[in-house]
Amino acid sequence: MKQYNLNDSYITEIPGKRALSTKDLQVYYGDNHAIFDANLIFPRFQITSLIGASGSGKSTFLRCLNRMNDKIAKVDGQILYRNVDINSDKINVYEVRQHIGMVFQRPNPFAKSIKENITFALKNAGITKKDALEERLESSLKSAALWDEVKDNLSKSALALSGGQQQRLCIARSIAMRPDILLLDEPASALDPISTSKIEDTLNDLKKDYTIIIVTHNLQQASRISDYTAFFHLGHVIEYNTTAHVFTNPKMQATEDYVSGNFG
Amino acid sequence: MNAKKMDHLATGIIYFLVGVVILLLVAILSYILFNGVPDISWKFLTSAAQSFSAGGGIRDQLFNSLYLLLLTIIVSLPIGLGAGIYLAEYSTDNWFTDLIRTSVEVLSSLPSVVVGLFGYLVFVIKLNLGFSILSGAIALTFFNLPLLTRNIEESLRSVPNLQREAGMSLGLSHWKTTTKIVLPAALPGILTGLILSAGRIFGEAAALIYTAGQSAPTVDYTNWNIFSATSFLNPMRPAETLAVHIWKVNTESVTPDAKLISSASSAVLIIVILIFNLGARYLGNKLYKKITATK
Repeated sequence: MKQYNLNDSYITEIPGKRALSTKDLQVYYGDNHAIFDANLIFPRFQITSLIGASGSGKSTFLRCLNRMNDKIAKVDGQILYRNVDINSDKINVYEVRQHIGMVFQRPNPFAKSIKENITFALKNAGITKKDALEERLESSLKSAALWDEVKDNLSKSALALSGGQQQRLCIARSIAMRPDILLLDEPASALDPISTSKIEDTLNDLKKDYTIIIVTHNLQQASRISDYTAFFHLGHVIEYNTTAHVFTNPKMQATEDYVSGNFG
Repeated sequence: MNAKKMDHLATGIIYFLVGVVILLLVAILSYILFNGVPDISWKFLTSAAQSFSAGGGIRDQLFNSLYLLLLTIIVSLPIGLGAGIYLAEYSTDNWFTDLIRTSVEVLSSLPSVVVGLFGYLVFVIKLNLGFSILSGAIALTFFNLPLLTRNIEESLRSVPNLQREAGMSLGLSHWKTTTKIVLPAALPGILTGLILSAGRIFGEAAALIYTAGQSAPTVDYTNWNIFSATSFLNPMRPAETLAVHIWKVNTESVTPDAKLISSASSAVLIIVILIFNLGARYLGNKLYKKITATK
């Protein structure tokens, strides 16, 4: 593998409103230092891709953003959301996750009906009025482009849906909570091309109301859907810039090698 | 020998070994059922046992077995559920959980007669509970708890971690995720394990001889006062169960039809356990379908 200077990086300025930012974020799995000094600012209502080879730390980084790594790793540094450091011990992590939702690599609907998949967490969050629940159910399924396919079978098991439908249900489930930010960890990697393109369309629509951060192995996907792209290598953020720059005019040698396929 | 022949040979041997297992089971089952079933009658099931004359039934023993089973489950299920949830969902692997698992394993391999004698010394004598259904239920809890705990832990662990992450990512607390997402998904497995362990409890004799006792006093099935000495629900009365009855009829009974009673009782015992086992499957499947809303 080619050696790159890992301490050399190019991080662009982000104009406009920011949704979330990290400051000197470090992650340790036991003695293993997995993320080094990640300083990233995520712009509001934009899609940001995190790319990099397997083991580069992009998923680890993503999972820190809504504290899903709490029990697995030690996370130092700050994660600023609405001027609050949500990486602090005093923060109510359950509330953080209601504001920062997450969709995982493999579809993971609950073993419940389609309707309950959406409404369960809402009820838990204190929304109990029937029309409010119905409204959220319909609007979230519509946003995830699933409504037309399931509207007649809402009491059917979510497990009976196809993989692509299940994943869109998981997206709907997340956005039903009306989060500010949606984190997606390779949401299309287990899906066929048609389902993938449906999910990409969905994300493009969701951009109007949500800040989206997506980890992907698929470089075409990153260049198709995202506004900004961050390239991770061995736990370091090497380059962070607009997607157009990262793919057509990368500033760092490692980024150029990665996006052109000359890596490793 | 080439790979294909080798494969045929191995397959043949495996089929043979499976056949031996099935044959043994069928042989035992059919022996018991052929000997016992012809003597089972409504009268046999609903009349009291006789000490000296022929024609006694197993009404009280059958009821005692079921009642003892119910009490044992009431005592052991909450403990097993708590321990299982702790081990599967809350604990991290350290010396303490190792200790718990080892204890559970040791407890599960204790001979039941030792559990019975321990129950006799501690509950019957020391705590002055006497030969009673309660003493029996506590002794059986010792006997049942390890398997139940292990079963609940395994059932919870078999729920994919993705389900927990899904719950957490929606802002559900650890407890809510456990009770509302993971536990329902594990319920069919837990139920199956519970009913299978009920079969073991139902057939247990050695642990009960010195705890629940060997006598079945006449009880009044219309007396619902749980504290009354003659009530069938009184947990402080001695209660000979079906399995103990079989043992006793065979060893010290003087009734002329002892052989008939023991073979018919054995058949009843086996049939009830078979019903438990088949019921476990049916209910487990049904529950899974209901919870997951699959048709």
